[in-house]
Amino acid sequence: MIANPDRYNAREEKVSPGKLHATQYIVVLVLVVLATGMWRLQVLGADSYRQLAEANRIRKDPVRAPRGKIFDREGRILVDNYPSVSCYLLREQAKDVQADVPMIARGLNLPVEQVETTLRRYQITPKYESILLKQDITQDEQAFIEAHRNELPELETRDDQRRLYPRDGFAAHLIGYVGEVSEEDLNSSKYDFYEPGDVVGKSGVEETYDSLLRGVDGSRDVVVDSHGREVGQLGQQLAVPGKDLRLTIDLDLQRVAEQAMEGKNGALVAMDPHTGEILAMVSRPAFDPNQFAVRLTRSYWSQLVNDPDHPLMNKAIQAQLAPGSTFKIIMSLAGLEENVAQDMRVMCNGGGTFYGRFFACDHHHGMVDIDHAIPWSCDTYYYTLAEKLGIDTIAKYGTEVGLGQKTGIDLPDEATGTMPSTAWKLRTQHEKWYAGETISVGIGQGSVQVTPLQLARALSGIASGGVLKRPHVVFPDELPPDMGSAIAASYPGSGDRTIPLTTPNWETITDAMAQTMLPGGYDTGAAVRLEGIDFAGKTGTAQLVNHSIGGNNLLTGAARANAWFVGMAPRRNPDIVVAVLCEHGGWGATAAAPLAAQVINAFVTKQRRREGNLIQVSAPKPAAVPAISQPSSSPQPSGLPQPPSQPKPPTAPADISMIEPGPRVAGPESNQH
Amino acid sequence: MRRFSSFRDFDWMLLTLVLLISVISVLEIKSATLNTKFHGFGEKQIGFLLIGLLLMFLISFVDYHRLVDIAPWAYGVSLLALVAVLKVGTKVMGGRRWINLGGGVHFQPSEWVKLVLILMMARFFWGRVGRDLSWTDIGKAFALVCIPMALVLKQPDLGTALTYFPALVVGLFLGGIRIKQFAILLLGFTLLGGGAWMSGKRLKPYQMARLTSFLDPASDPRGAGYQLLQSKIAVGSGGIWGKGANKGTQTQGDFLPIPYTDFIFAAFCEEHGFVGGMGILLIYFLILTRLIQNAQQASDLPGTFIVMGVVSVMLFQIVVNIGMVLGLMPVTGIPLPLMSYGGSSVLFTLLALGIVMNIRMRRFVN
Repeated sequence: MIANPDRYNAREEKVSPGKLHATQYIVVLVLVVLATGMWRLQVLGADSYRQLAEANRIRKDPVRAPRGKIFDREGRILVDNYPSVSCYLLREQAKDVQADVPMIARGLNLPVEQVETTLRRYQITPKYESILLKQDITQDEQAFIEAHRNELPELETRDDQRRLYPRDGFAAHLIGYVGEVSEEDLNSSKYDFYEPGDVVGKSGVEETYDSLLRGVDGSRDVVVDSHGREVGQLGQQLAVPGKDLRLTIDLDLQRVAEQAMEGKNGALVAMDPHTGEILAMVSRPAFDPNQFAVRLTRSYWSQLVNDPDHPLMNKAIQAQLAPGSTFKIIMSLAGLEENVAQDMRVMCNGGGTFYGRFFACDHHHGMVDIDHAIPWSCDTYYYTLAEKLGIDTIAKYGTEVGLGQKTGIDLPDEATGTMPSTAWKLRTQHEKWYAGETISVGIGQGSVQVTPLQLARALSGIASGGVLKRPHVVFPDELPPDMGSAIAASYPGSGDRTIPLTTPNWETITDAMAQTMLPGGYDTGAAVRLEGIDFAGKTGTAQLVNHSIGGNNLLTGAARANAWFVGMAPRRNPDIVVAVLCEHGGWGATAAAPLAAQVINAFVTKQRRREGNLIQVSAPKPAAVPAISQPSSSPQPSGLPQPPSQPKPPTAPADISMIEPGPRVAGPESNQH
Repeated sequence: MRRFSSFRDFDWMLLTLVLLISVISVLEIKSATLNTKFHGFGEKQIGFLLIGLLLMFLISFVDYHRLVDIAPWAYGVSLLALVAVLKVGTKVMGGRRWINLGGGVHFQPSEWVKLVLILMMARFFWGRVGRDLSWTDIGKAFALVCIPMALVLKQPDLGTALTYFPALVVGLFLGGIRIKQFAILLLGFTLLGGGAWMSGKRLKPYQMARLTSFLDPASDPRGAGYQLLQSKIAVGSGGIWGKGANKGTQTQGDFLPIPYTDFIFAAFCEEHGFVGGMGILLIYFLILTRLIQNAQQASDLPGTFIVMGVVSVMLFQIVVNIGMVLGLMPVTGIPLPLMSYGGSSVLFTLLALGIVMNIRMRRFVN
């Protein structure tokens, strides 16, 4: 087709210039509108849009503060940290997180419900905040995240610090463990300053001193593109590492205690009565806190929770059980302080009848006075004493030495125990106290319940002349000033207190307890005597089934009696008090006492080595413990079974004073009556 | 009577403005694709521009009357191409718009149809100037535009389809539509549009989403509303002087969607601020004014119609694109002429301007 220009020239009409002008005006108008729009955004709204742009590209990445390490009293490490990789979820990156959940769960080896629960928990938090999905991921899981960068851009790995606890549950109950703060915790006021994903101490020292150990998390202001990829860093707030914590625990002693308690069911607590410092604390069975720190499997959790031996329970402070014969220490104190026991003689013919019911003793002890009643652990004597004192007098002394109330140790969830009294029964059971119940209490049965720590502290107070200390596992003067008092306030208990005791009274008790440990014929504790150590103690065997109080039938299995022992060294103003509980262990003398002896032996040996005066106690040399010359001081009627007269060890106070210089070793001769 | 024009009559002024905005465009495309997998787009755009300029010069030597003569044929071919693209087109991002010509070259017929329609409108209306437009004429003009429009909507490509309308409107306007007819049409369209809006059936879900998100950008932060919001943040945070070349956080951080094509003006405003953005508007103003001037000086009616057709399409694209970037209009996917990256868009615009040159060079022919 050939254009014919003439065809176009044939018409000379033109579009009216007015219409073209109008178009020009339209152009101007439209451009002015656009310019106005720009003015609004770029001049008037510049500041607010600049803020939005900033928020767009800056992401706050948390930098976890390394948690403080935990050391023993000599600075040896108990709890350390180690670097690990954690997997986080960035919700902003995901098109549809819910759709990705099954894949994420599979790749990270997590249950689908767990991932969903985690997501639900974070629903209220801003979307740019990352969610901790799994800590300490394996290399395979890291590889999965790397390989699925495109499908799952929301997954991110970050280096973290993880908690490394001693293996095999060593000191597990004392130290506790850390875990992600739970939903319920977040709702309570105690956790006001915590956010989801925060790792907090959940038990033991980790819980009590969480605020000290945790430090302050920092953050990095990271410049990111819209895919969340880091393209730079604007600034950072450095994390303040948590403070290291020195415990009063002595690692050497703890180790001995752990070994002693291996395979047992119960608890052992060793404490310095002068200060209240806990030197060792073991509860068995134990759990592995490392499992809590990383990936607590459902099966491990249910195994722990369903175990009838309660591995999660710190039995040193949470087991409240009848103390058995160890309670006779408190009974003796009450009897002596009330001036009842001094001159009391009881004829033991294998038991006695009180309030119309026969209460058995395990031996025919014959005529018994206070000095023999303790080492023989004569039930008949204490039945009689209980009858004379009455429950409220017993309760008065029990309460004074801290029974039926928390000791105030700086560990969570301490049990209170029970010190029964008429008022107590009225309050709790709305019933009147029957005098017959007092008889059982006299030998530490019935409704009296103590924790091993309460027992240790009570004996500490009695053997220190009435000075009771608040037990603690962290040196209070090493804490920030306000924290020390805050801890004391948050863990109330009977605390530091001094009760007025008449010196001869508590000396009588401790001497008798020393006698218990001697091969002097009292068959309660002699098997575990420690040569060369002024070791005093009291055994206890608490029947669980009450049909044969005082009898010899210990039964077996779950009904088997609980074995107790509480001991100390030296007998006056002791440097160490140890309480041992072996649940269903049988006889206190054979099941519990040897364990305490191991710990006390280790303690004294170490003490001597440190003071440079460890002497080799030659094997055949008899124990260098001065024996009280009881047969002469407390005359016994003839005909009664005498303690088998073994050759008395030569009393060698010189030896002792050489080994143990210091005013605490009081000469036994001074307290005979 | 001179049959051929000389380069003395070539619109050097217009060419200068076009080159100026093209250089700015290339620089901004380079900035916007700096750290992305599209970092070669600046160079590619230069290639498109060179080809476009070459075509521009070539077409300026072909008498535009010939183009008007072959317009019906081109129209027929265009319709075939639009049907073909629906059958064999490459599907990209939910739309079937391109025909793969092999060797990495993709051809987008719908862009070229714009040019053909401008020519068709010129051809259709120039014979009718001077007498009142009958309803039949108006109906025919509508039919000419609406057939390709329907085909493009079927791709679906709402944005490009809308760009066919301005040529019709300006044709009607210059062709002498009466106020009364215009009012009736306007009313009819308002009712039609309202009906479509109510039913919402005419629009694909994503089109509906785009339009509704324009009304409430916060409702769908990751969808079209997210794009609008990010675009506004980009423009607004640029402030008066901008953040500097290659320093736009919205652009470089990939918050701004497709900052090298549809949202290139936002990228430019972020990095060069209100001042830079006003500069671009000024260049557009000068180009459009120059075009209208050329339309006035055209030697005959077809020339005027063609130039005004080009003006209308360009103005429409500028308004819709920048309006979208500023959050004043919905996201429609219309490129900004001479700024957005894209071969078809560049070639169309430069070809259209080549024809304008052609018309200007022949303004003294008579």
